[in-house]
Amino acid sequence: MKSVITLIFSLILFTSCNTTETKISEKVIQEIDIPKLEALLNADTDTTYIINFWATWCAPCLKEIPYFDQLGETYKKDKMKVLLVSVDLGSAYESGSVHDAMTKRNFQSQVLYITESDAGKYIDLVSPEWSGAIPATIVINNKKGIKNFYEQEFNFQELEQVYLTTKK
Amino acid sequence: MRKYILTLVFAFAATIVLAQGYQVGDIAADFKLKNVDGKMVSMADYKDAKGFIITFTCNHCPYSVAYEDRLVELDKKYKSKGYPVIAINPNDAVAYPADSYDNMKVRAKDKGFTFPYLHDESQAIAKAYGATRTPHMYIVQKTAKGMEVVYIGSIDNDTDNKNPNKEKYVEAAVNDLLAGKKPTNNFTKAVGCTIKWKKQSN
Repeated sequence: MKSVITLIFSLILFTSCNTTETKISEKVIQEIDIPKLEALLNADTDTTYIINFWATWCAPCLKEIPYFDQLGETYKKDKMKVLLVSVDLGSAYESGSVHDAMTKRNFQSQVLYITESDAGKYIDLVSPEWSGAIPATIVINNKKGIKNFYEQEFNFQELEQVYLTTKK
Repeated sequence: MRKYILTLVFAFAATIVLAQGYQVGDIAADFKLKNVDGKMVSMADYKDAKGFIITFTCNHCPYSVAYEDRLVELDKKYKSKGYPVIAINPNDAVAYPADSYDNMKVRAKDKGFTFPYLHDESQAIAKAYGATRTPHMYIVQKTAKGMEVVYIGSIDNDTDNKNPNKEKYVEAAVNDLLAGKKPTNNFTKAVGCTIKWKKQSN
């Protein structure tokens, strides 16, 4: 069902705005399980990952996501990647709510969905500092030994400062 | 320079957050908060209780809503055994009108809450306990020293309520207490909504 929606959506995109720079591939939600999350968090790379944990029902999350998109756009020439990981309930994902939020709000960054239903299994994996509240964000660069966790809501200026400190 | 100041501010803020609140083994403060029936409720009112299943929750958060029926079940199962449920809503109703006292009354009536649903209007109790999200559970046990915190975390590991083999953390903890033991699993984590703190006036 989901692939059908994606296909229809891709077709609409392809036929209506194939002259724009919209990347169809970024409109697909990537599913991520515990082993993939672990691999991502421990990736042996000097790319800086800004990983934001959000959900469709979390108003402060939806408010700050445009700032994450803006950060990704501002520093797109850097070796950095913004990832938006949805921690929505399985029911919300299956009903298409996550996909709807992403498309209606025109999220630019890559959206992922965490398929593990037991949050206790990934909260500490992300950071022991994470109580489980969202929004939450982790900034990682394993080559530089950076792993900074923030359980808070950001405005653009704060987020940019957090990113720029990793560039020093 | 600005970056350093910001980093310092962040580091300071993080320290405050980590230093706040109860850990398992701490003695929890009693409270006197207004219930949805207009009466004030304290733990001290329950002369026969062996302890309490306290939950910080609210009206609007889907994760809180998902657990409402399970709170009622817990209260029905354990009130008679000495561990009643007490629910506390600490959210700032200015930021979230859905979490106002009037809406708490509606929610408690609609869902048939069998337990008090208290309004932590000053947010002092949520801060003292160190609650960060809704729902956030604290089980306390009456001891000679006071109300000892014996469990902090989530009700179970299946918010969606679809896994028949879910681990029911709160039930297991209370069952341990009723068997005369401290809970073997006394700390768990779950995703929840952040508590909506009042904006600091500058």
